[in-house]
Amino acid sequence: MSKLGIDPVKVHRARLAAERIANDIQLHIDRRTTTAVERATLRLMGIDGATEVGIPLPNVVVDQVLQDGRLGMGIAFWLANAVIYYQVSPQEAAEQVALGKIELTRVPIQDEGALREEIQKLAQYGLDKICAKKQERDEYIKKLGQGAEPLLYVIVATGNIFEDVKQAQSAVRQGADVVAVIRTTGQSLLDYVPYGATTEGFGGTYATQENFRIMRKGLDEVGEEVGKYIRLTNYCSGLCMPEIAAMGAMERLDFMLNDSMYGVIFRDINMQRTFVDQYFSRMINGFAGIIINTGEDNYLTTADAFAAAHTVTASQFINEQLALKCGLTEEQVALGHAFEINPELENSFVYELAQAALARELFPKSPLKYMPPTKYMTGNIFKGHVQNCLFNMASIMSGQSIHLLGMLTEAIHTPHIADRYLALENAKLVFNAMRGFAEEITFKTDGIIQKRANKVLNDAVIFLEEVADMGLMEAISKGMFADIARSPKGGKGLDGVIFKEPDYYNPFVDAMLGRR
Amino acid sequence: MEVDLTRIKPYGDTLNDGLMQLSFTLPIDLGDEAAEAARQLVGKMGFDEPKVVFSQSLGKGFSFYIVYGRCRETIDITTIRVEKVNVNVLSKKEIEDFIKQSLGRSINVIGACIESDAHTVGIDAIMNMKGYNGHKGLESYKGINALNLGAQVTCEELAARAMEIKADAVLISQVVTQKDIHIANLTRLIEILEAEGVRDKLITVVGGPRIDHALAQELGYDAGFGPGTYAEHVASYLVHEIHNRQRR
Repeated sequence: MSKLGIDPVKVHRARLAAERIANDIQLHIDRRTTTAVERATLRLMGIDGATEVGIPLPNVVVDQVLQDGRLGMGIAFWLANAVIYYQVSPQEAAEQVALGKIELTRVPIQDEGALREEIQKLAQYGLDKICAKKQERDEYIKKLGQGAEPLLYVIVATGNIFEDVKQAQSAVRQGADVVAVIRTTGQSLLDYVPYGATTEGFGGTYATQENFRIMRKGLDEVGEEVGKYIRLTNYCSGLCMPEIAAMGAMERLDFMLNDSMYGVIFRDINMQRTFVDQYFSRMINGFAGIIINTGEDNYLTTADAFAAAHTVTASQFINEQLALKCGLTEEQVALGHAFEINPELENSFVYELAQAALARELFPKSPLKYMPPTKYMTGNIFKGHVQNCLFNMASIMSGQSIHLLGMLTEAIHTPHIADRYLALENAKLVFNAMRGFAEEITFKTDGIIQKRANKVLNDAVIFLEEVADMGLMEAISKGMFADIARSPKGGKGLDGVIFKEPDYYNPFVDAMLGRR
Repeated sequence: MEVDLTRIKPYGDTLNDGLMQLSFTLPIDLGDEAAEAARQLVGKMGFDEPKVVFSQSLGKGFSFYIVYGRCRETIDITTIRVEKVNVNVLSKKEIEDFIKQSLGRSINVIGACIESDAHTVGIDAIMNMKGYNGHKGLESYKGINALNLGAQVTCEELAARAMEIKADAVLISQVVTQKDIHIANLTRLIEILEAEGVRDKLITVVGGPRIDHALAQELGYDAGFGPGTYAEHVASYLVHEIHNRQRR
C-alpha cells in the first residue's frame, strides 16, 4: 500500500524509459572490450604480482597484445595459446612476457578445440575461488548473524591500512555493521592497481588485493568477538573498475561502490570506457554475491538537492536497469541517495523524508544506501550533530537499509576515532527510540510529503523519457546530470577501448551470467 | 565588571571564569587510572580544576573523555594583527557594473582542484552557475568568463589552459589537507607558473576550508579565502585587483 499515493502508471513509464536507455547502452557495450576488462580477466585466471619497477603483470601482458593490435581477440585466447604451447602455468607465462621472452601474438596458434578447453580451465581458477568465498560468507552469516537494518556503515580513512584496521575494529566494537576503506585521492585515475600492502595515501589508502586481505582478516576477527558478520566495502570505480571487482570477489568483499556514471561525471573518465567497464565489473560483483552501492548522492554535492531531486530518482532507475543486465538481482543493487537539502530551507526535513520514502516505494527490494549531510556541514560540530540526528530520523522513518553515518566533524577532517563513536551512539539512540515509528505513520493525503514525492516522480519520468529519446551519452554531453557536461570522446581512458574482433571470447561472461 | 581587552580569557557563565570544554581520546583502555590520566593531562595543559565529566570506552585500547577546566592563560587582543584580504565586498550587480564602467572589458577566470585533489565542492561553489547557498557563482556574472576545469587537474595543464585563454586570474581549490598535501600541490603550481614566466601576469587565488590569507601569501599567492567565502567575495577582490594593476 502506497503511503505516498504515487501513480503506478508513472512508475511503469519510468522503468520503461530506463530500460530503453539501458538497451541502447548495451549495444555499445556488446561491441567493445577494454584494457581494464582484459586485465580483470587475467587476474581471475590467477595472474598477480608486479615487475621489479612496480608495473603489475596484468598490465604488462595486456599492453603487449594491445601494442600488437590484437587485444580485440580477448586476452584469454592469447594466454591459453601460450600456456599450451610452452606448457607453463599462466603466472609463468605472464612472467616470461614481462621478461620479453614471450611475445603472445607470435606464438604458433594451437588447435581450436584445445584452446577452448584451456580457456575454460584457466577461467575455472577464478570461478572456483569466488564460489568458495561466497560459501565462506554464507557460513559466517549463518554462524554469526548480522546487524539489523538500517545497517550502520562507517568509513575509515587514515591513509595507512594497518591504522585503518585499528579504527575499524574500534568502530565495530561500538556497533558498526559495515566498514568502508576509503581510497587515496587520485586512485580512480590510475590505469593500474598498485600491488601489496600500503601505508600511504591522502584521504585514504590504495585499494590493493593485499589491503583487501588485511582488512578482511581484521573484520573477521572483530566480527567473531562481537558476534556478527561485519561487511567490508571498497570502491569499484575509476579506470580499474573491473580489476577491483575481480580482486574484491576473490577476497570476500561484501559491498562495492559501483556506479554506472559516477566516473564519467565526477572524475572525467571517458564514457565509452566506463560503460564497458561497469558492465564487466558489475557482472563479477553479481556473481560474487556482492551488493553494489550506486552513487546518486554525489549529484547533490554539485547540483541543488531540492531542485535536482528528480535527477537522483532518474539515475536510480537507470542504475537499476543497467545492473539487471549484468546479472545482479534487485536485492544486490543498493541505490544511493542523500540527505543534502539546505537545512535552512523551511520544511527541509519534510522534503527529505518525502524523497527517502519515495526511493523506498519505487525500489521495494533494493537495500537502499542513504548518505548523510556533507554539503551543508559547516565545522560547527554541535549543529552538525543535530543535522545528523535529523538524518538518522529520516532513515528510520522511511525504512532505509544501509545507513552511512554522518560525522559531526564533516568538513573539518577525516573522522577521528571518537567522531565515529559519537556518530554510532547518535544513530543507535535514534533507531532504538524510533524503531516502530514507520509502521505507526501515514502521510496526509495531498499533504506536503505526498505532493513533493509525486512531483519528483513526475519530473523524473519526463527527464527519463527525454534522455531515452536522445540517448544517455548525448544526455551526459548536454550536462543533464549534476550540471556537468562530458563528451563521448573526452576524458581519460578512451585509448583503452577496443572493438571486439568477430572471434572475441571471454569465458567469464557466459559462466557468470549462467549462459552455459 | 568591564572586559579588559589586554587580558581576555574564556567565558563560561561569569566573566574571567576561564571555563572551557575539551574532548579527546586516549590510546588506552578505560579505567580509573585512565580517567585520572586524562584529568592530569588537562591540568598540565594549563587548566585549573580539571574535571572529567564523561568517559567512555571505545573498545579495546581506546577511551574517550569530556573534560572541563578553567583556563589560566590570558591574551592581549589589542596587540593582534591578522593578515586578511582587504576588500570592499560588492554585490553581484555592483561587481557587474564595476567591470563595465571601470574595467571596460570582460575578465577571464580559470579555476581547478589541482593535482591529487578530487573534491570540487569548493571550486564549484565559487565558480559554477548555481553557486552555493543562494549566492550565484562566477559563471553567472556578466563580464566574467569563468572556466572551471574541475578535479585532479595537473599544474602543467592548468598553466597551459590559463595561457591559452589569457586568464586574468587563477582560482585554486584545495580541500584535502591530510599530511599537508595541499602545501606541496600549491607550491608546485607557483613554481610552474614562475618557470613559464606568467606568475606576474596572473592573479593567483587559493581557497579551501583550511586556507587563510596568511598561508596563501606565505606560499606565494596573491590572496587566500577560507570557509564562509562566496563568489562575490572572490569577484570583489578580483575586479579591484585588476583595476589597481591596470592603473599601475
